[in-house]
Amino acid sequence: MKILVTVKEVATVEDEFEIDGTEIADQYLGADLNEWDDYAIEEAVQLQEAGIADEVVTVTIGPEDCEQTIRQALAKGADRAVRVWDDSLEGVDLLDVNAKTEILSAVVEEEEPDLVLSGVQAGDDSFAATGVSVAENVGFQWGAVVNHLEHDFSGDTVSVRRELEGGVEELNEIELPAVLTIQTGINEPRYASLRGIRQAQRKELDVQNLADLGVDESAIDADLELTDMYEPESESDVTVWEGGPDDTAAELGELLRDKGVAQ
Amino acid sequence: MTDVLAVTDHRRGELRDVSYELITAGRSLADETGGDLHLAVISGTVDDFADKLNREGVDAIHTVPYGEEFNHDVYTQAITQLYDELAPQYVLTPNSVNGLDYAPAVANALDLPVVTDTIGLETDGETLIATREMYGSKVETTNELENNAVVTIRSAEWPAAEGTGDATIDAFDADIDEAAIGSTVSGFEEVGGGDVDISEAELLVSIGRGIEEEENLDLIRDLADALGATLSSSRPIVDNGWLPKNRQVGQSGKVVTPDVYIAIGISGAVQHVAGMKGSDTIVAINTDPNAPIMDIADYAIHDDLFDVVPALIDEFQ
Ligand SMILES: Cc1cc2nc3c(=O)[nH]c(=O)nc-3n(C[C@H](O)[C@H](O)[C@H](O)COP(=O)(O)OP(=O)(O)OC[C@H]3O[C@@H](n4cnc5c(N)ncnc54)[C@H](O)[C@@H]3O)c2cc1C
Repeated sequence: MKILVTVKEVATVEDEFEIDGTEIADQYLGADLNEWDDYAIEEAVQLQEAGIADEVVTVTIGPEDCEQTIRQALAKGADRAVRVWDDSLEGVDLLDVNAKTEILSAVVEEEEPDLVLSGVQAGDDSFAATGVSVAENVGFQWGAVVNHLEHDFSGDTVSVRRELEGGVEELNEIELPAVLTIQTGINEPRYASLRGIRQAQRKELDVQNLADLGVDESAIDADLELTDMYEPESESDVTVWEGGPDDTAAELGELLRDKGVAQ
Repeated sequence: MTDVLAVTDHRRGELRDVSYELITAGRSLADETGGDLHLAVISGTVDDFADKLNREGVDAIHTVPYGEEFNHDVYTQAITQLYDELAPQYVLTPNSVNGLDYAPAVANALDLPVVTDTIGLETDGETLIATREMYGSKVETTNELENNAVVTIRSAEWPAAEGTGDATIDAFDADIDEAAIGSTVSGFEEVGGGDVDISEAELLVSIGRGIEEEENLDLIRDLADALGATLSSSRPIVDNGWLPKNRQVGQSGKVVTPDVYIAIGISGAVQHVAGMKGSDTIVAINTDPNAPIMDIADYAIHDDLFDVVPALIDEFQ
């Protein structure tokens, strides 16, 4: 079977930062592989090692800068990568779920995978909706927030666990082809080996624009417009203990004794 | 007129709290222009649920008696059919794990935009202004949407609706295409029993990703021993296999209500806070003075845990 994994390079923010319009100013931003996608990549690679997947392909929407992140996924064992970018995406502040759905659906239709693994959410925009939206769009089955996937596939269904709230898991049988959104903790993502990193340099990284994919530019016109970004107003009336560690630890010690929870 | 269709959440025979919060959020949207608030109750003991949901502000409750538990295909079909029938402007759902399993599909099937995990909503009848967070609660954003949309709301952001309502309750005759149901729920399992019940503890020492390495956990164990506290953690510690699942505090872990909760190297992501905000006194030890945990902490130490924790252990030895 063929597995397509959605891989996003997310923006990370430093502890102290400034906002510039509807963006965080560049100098306070870093870039990283989306935490949830890392688990999705690992799951795909494990399915390949178990002899279930023949090919693992990644797909990323992003500019050339994010090739470093894509190479990370390749170094961990994905076979090849597709990167989608287009001039029309250049100035977009926030690519909404519908726009991502249109682009990723076109790649799914081109690649025809049996299984698509996607992170539950992206650490930056936190939509947590793209995987399910793509599934509905291409007519695949789906399961959101999957924290266990059985690797002994029989027939054309997969057995998964969905992690609900409050320590309850749902056992679910899902027909293939399907999109699963992968929750952290499903596995232990590997570090790329030196050999993996070397091999990744030679793996195919195919770049496509919207026209290549047959996606009309109007399809990515965002319905959702980001109009403002600001630091949340803190409702906090926190008492901050000042001083060195000995002073602050003494304050905390006193509180614990006052409350009668520690002697 | 801004009519709203809000889809309630239940599991294993119980309505979930967010269902009542949806009424409040839905009512306030509908009120902006004098629209109606419709509720959908799908699967399970719908009549019993409908009676409980008949609170102040609800105009109509539509029950879809089909199956016992949540199935996203049933929900997607029922909601899209209700949408066609009622023509609401907004479909409101919880941003719960199940909400995220159908809301994006409903949006796509209806060719509507979807905006998730909202914490504030306003409309003038045409434009929806949705407030939501990005970058792990570091920033808040406003987002504008024209026309109709599917919107998911974060739990515990709106108060639960109260009072008794006089909604009409009717069974909606949804035409569920069984052939299109591609997933089957075969059961539920509780996870995370084990050695201790952190929800019983009076004093929790809770550790997060700030601990960096598994070896460093010994330092926190020493602290817990010195204080006679119970050890708990945020999710990444459990994901890494450093502590068992029964120690995880949060939305997908346990809800705890100790007298004192000491959050060490924990940022305070919304899913973590969901599990510990009911603690009597919250103390945060974190190098980042702007970490979201500071919004709910009563006391804070803005310092390196590797300096503060040893000093605290000394205090109690
Ligand atoms: C569907 C879903 C369910 C989830 N359920 C849960 C759940 O039940 N429980 C849960 O916890 N999370 C849950 N999460 C994950 C959640 O979104 C966060 O990723 C997680 O809570 C972050 O954990 P953290 O605060 O330990 O790590 P981080 O967010 O990485 O924060 C680490 C903190 O440590 C501080 N720090 C670093 N070094 C030091 C130092 N030396 N001294 C002091 N401070 C330091 C940093 O400033 C930072 O604030 C869930 C996510 C999803 C999508």
